[in-house]
Amino acid sequence: MNRPGRWIKANLFGSPVNTVLTVLALALLWQTVPPFLDWALFSASWGGGSPESCRQAGGACWTLLAERHRLMLFGLYPYDQHWRPLLAMALFVALLAASSHRRCWRPWLALAWGALIVVASLLMWGGVAGLVPVETAQWGGLPLTLVIAVLAIVVAFPFSILLALGRRSELPVIKAVSVGYIELVRGLPLVSLLFMASVMFPLFLPEGVTIEKALRALVGMTLFTAAYLAEAVRGGLQAIPKGQFEAADALGLSYWQTMRLIILPQALRLVIPPIVGQFITCFKDTSLVTIVGLYDLLAATKAALNDPAWRPFFVEGYLAAALVYFCFCFFMSRYSQWLEREVAKGTR
Amino acid sequence: MGGLAGLWGSRRFRGLVYQALVIGGVIAVGGWLVRNTLTNLELRGIATGFGFLGREAGFDISESLIPYTPADTYARALLVGLLNTLLISALGIVFATLIGTAVGVMRLSGNWLMARLCGVYVEAVRNVPLLLQLFVWYGLVTTLPGARQALNPLPGVFLSNRGLVIPGLDWSGGGWPVLDLPRLAGFNFTGGLTLSPEFAALLAGLTVYTAAFIAEIVRAGILSVPKGQVEAARALGLSKGQTLRLVVLPQALRVIVPPLTSQYLNVTKNSPLAIAIGYPDLVAVSNTAINQTGQAVESVALVMGVFLCISLGLSALMNWYNKRVALVSK
Amino acid sequence: MSTPIIEIKDVNKWYGEFHVLKDVCLEVAKGEKVVVCGPSGSGKSTMIRCINRLEEHQSGRIAVDGIELGDDVKAVEAVRRRVGMVFQSFNLFPHLTVLENLTLAPVKVAGVAPREAESTAMALLERVRIPEQAGKFPGQLSGGQQQRVAIARALCLKPAVMLFDEPTSALDPEMVGEVLDVMSGLAAEGMTMICVTHEMGFARAVADTMVFMDEGRIVEVAPPAQFFQSPANERTRRFLGKIIGH
Ligand SMILES: Nc1ncnc2c1ncn2[C@@H]1O[C@H](COP(=O)(O)OP(=O)(O)OP(=O)(O)O)[C@@H](O)[C@H]1O
Ligand SMILES: [Mg+2]
Repeated sequence: MNRPGRWIKANLFGSPVNTVLTVLALALLWQTVPPFLDWALFSASWGGGSPESCRQAGGACWTLLAERHRLMLFGLYPYDQHWRPLLAMALFVALLAASSHRRCWRPWLALAWGALIVVASLLMWGGVAGLVPVETAQWGGLPLTLVIAVLAIVVAFPFSILLALGRRSELPVIKAVSVGYIELVRGLPLVSLLFMASVMFPLFLPEGVTIEKALRALVGMTLFTAAYLAEAVRGGLQAIPKGQFEAADALGLSYWQTMRLIILPQALRLVIPPIVGQFITCFKDTSLVTIVGLYDLLAATKAALNDPAWRPFFVEGYLAAALVYFCFCFFMSRYSQWLEREVAKGTR
Repeated sequence: MGGLAGLWGSRRFRGLVYQALVIGGVIAVGGWLVRNTLTNLELRGIATGFGFLGREAGFDISESLIPYTPADTYARALLVGLLNTLLISALGIVFATLIGTAVGVMRLSGNWLMARLCGVYVEAVRNVPLLLQLFVWYGLVTTLPGARQALNPLPGVFLSNRGLVIPGLDWSGGGWPVLDLPRLAGFNFTGGLTLSPEFAALLAGLTVYTAAFIAEIVRAGILSVPKGQVEAARALGLSKGQTLRLVVLPQALRVIVPPLTSQYLNVTKNSPLAIAIGYPDLVAVSNTAINQTGQAVESVALVMGVFLCISLGLSALMNWYNKRVALVSK
Repeated sequence: MSTPIIEIKDVNKWYGEFHVLKDVCLEVAKGEKVVVCGPSGSGKSTMIRCINRLEEHQSGRIAVDGIELGDDVKAVEAVRRRVGMVFQSFNLFPHLTVLENLTLAPVKVAGVAPREAESTAMALLERVRIPEQAGKFPGQLSGGQQQRVAIARALCLKPAVMLFDEPTSALDPEMVGEVLDVMSGLAAEGMTMICVTHEMGFARAVADTMVFMDEGRIVEVAPPAQFFQSPANERTRRFLGKIIGH
């Protein structure tokens, strides 16, 4: 038998069970792929300009995206100012791409991220350099999703390291506070934490002080993410052999020097996969701010589908939003796999 | 060396100072928050305390496992919500485990095509937010045909925009239950069990989403069993299926159980997304209560307490199970 | 004999209920080489780890260069500056290169300028005969090379005393020699050393004083000639019979 023939026999028809599975899989594909292709490509409407054209075409309504993508991507941000969040996102993606090159891992990268956060915020906020001010209440769509995700991660990460160190501390009070915080937050659903942030923060603050909805949600996301990240970091701390602490002690390094120079660099390397996993979760979880009334990508997509004429084509709209989420998450998980290999190369 | 500087040199003393600072900080922040909250509540004329639990709720709840009317108390309304949360979580856990295990095993089956298909499913589902998936499920369920044109995939099972109707058991005769098949009567079904569209969408969403994660856990667990174990079992003449059932799975379970526990907890913690599609779970009910009474602090505390109990209970159960598995396999 | 650089007096230590060190007394003079041996679990590691306070003792007095070890952080810092330690399992920092391993403490703890620390480090690497490995990571070196780097790292702070806790027992036999050579060289230069080791050839050649421990006590202290020829204690004799007999 020739090679492809042998491969097919081994991998698809090796045993009766195997054959049954193959037949099932083929049947499933036969049932779903042709109708899907027909729907998505052949009978789709690609830009008739109105819901009516979609109804006539009978297939997928890509016209929806052509007509409503700006609302889905930018939410309520003033229409003529869309270039600003677009530019901010472009900068973000460019820096993300730069960060994935080992050559760029220099101190300036951290500075660049700091600068990006400032520049992007100024771009979005406006009020400087002749830009029209735009309140955060008007921010929406993908930029809002990215802002919340990135800020939540950036703020939660150092906080989580402190929590993880606290949890491993010899001082009982510090340990108890850290454990209490971590376990409390991890026992709660994010939704109820976000609700708490949105209904209770206003009560927590002194009279007359208000904080914006977006900031409240951001605080909620950050507190939540930090607890989970702390557990990931703790996993790494636990994996560091005792000898490393002893050697650092014997050399006379202080606690913080030991942590900063010896333990954390090793521990964080070990837990890249769970940390990135947590980043991915955080990114997906930003969609929950929809529930407390923010216009992130998901909520903006939902709003774009609110028009009764477009509503029948919700699958197309959500599919597009799903694709955006998928791209970011998939990129991050692939990146973490690559990073793990790359980092391992250096030391072993 | 001054007295204080000398003291500061002592490691124990430093430890005490750091701890005192942390306690002080926690108390200061906590006290500040409580004071602000009390002032704010007073300013807004909101009552405090759990007294509201005994008052009449005055709102209806669309589905309930126990008899409930708007004339019942807030406490009962919250209980209805809690039972709904428990129901959806329990069912979600069962179905997600079944599907997830099947998919995880199939990803490792020698069948190339099936392994690929399962891989696509896992990647696609894991990388898209659950809430988005719920919106799609809910959209799909509500755009199903009406009761008269209901889909009838299996005998006795009807799928329509009224939800999912399945055969139920009728215990009313006393003694053995009788199978109660649903029938179309006018514009709706009678008999059988009806799952509302919201319930069906939430269950589908939670199940499909969690199953993808469980599949990965099962896969990793099975892969963690050394190859030598499989070879030894095959050498003893066990069949492929027997090897999986008698040798691989019991060992894999030790690796599987801890992350599986956290997935089970995730199902419970994800169930409040119900609020986005209108299924009356605990969080949804408590939100209505907050809107009506303004007593956010108490309601939020109540909900948090309940979820903490569920978390602790479930992890205690799993720890116990885990210990048993670990002991047996030693 | 001048004032001892290390002074251990009536030291007791417990791990919970377990009494590891029982009334341990030992004095080490400047330039003295002490070799500690004894059966496994007798408390050798625990004793030398008390000297730089990797372990806390519960009673008695330990002083290095006149600085008594206790709860005082400054004293501990000062002692750790004066005492270098080499571990059985090397404990090099795997994420730093050999050179970075060596310069870390001088730069971060002693505040030496990086340039200067580097030249000192290179000189030390010459001394342990692996200057060509400076840019590598510990994981890329053999066990013997790693242990020599560890010795160089401990020397970087110019310690007055070196502690060795079974530095060769994690090594393949063919690498033991190269590490012992470095240690002998160090001894010849007049370094004060306390070595826990079962390399009796090395002990005979280098030691000024042999210490035998059993069940948390120092059972015998003697110069090597007397220690090996006519040990006073029955337990020492049995122990020597066992390890030299093989
Ligand atoms: N952290 C600890 N907690 C409890 N007991 C310990 C601890 N460290 C050591 N011990 C016990 O103290 C005793 C002395 O240990 P130590 O490491 O000092 O022995 P040792 O003489 O160095 O032995 P070896 O030759 O095996 O290295 C041993 O019985 C050991 O089990
Ligand atoms: Mg030892």
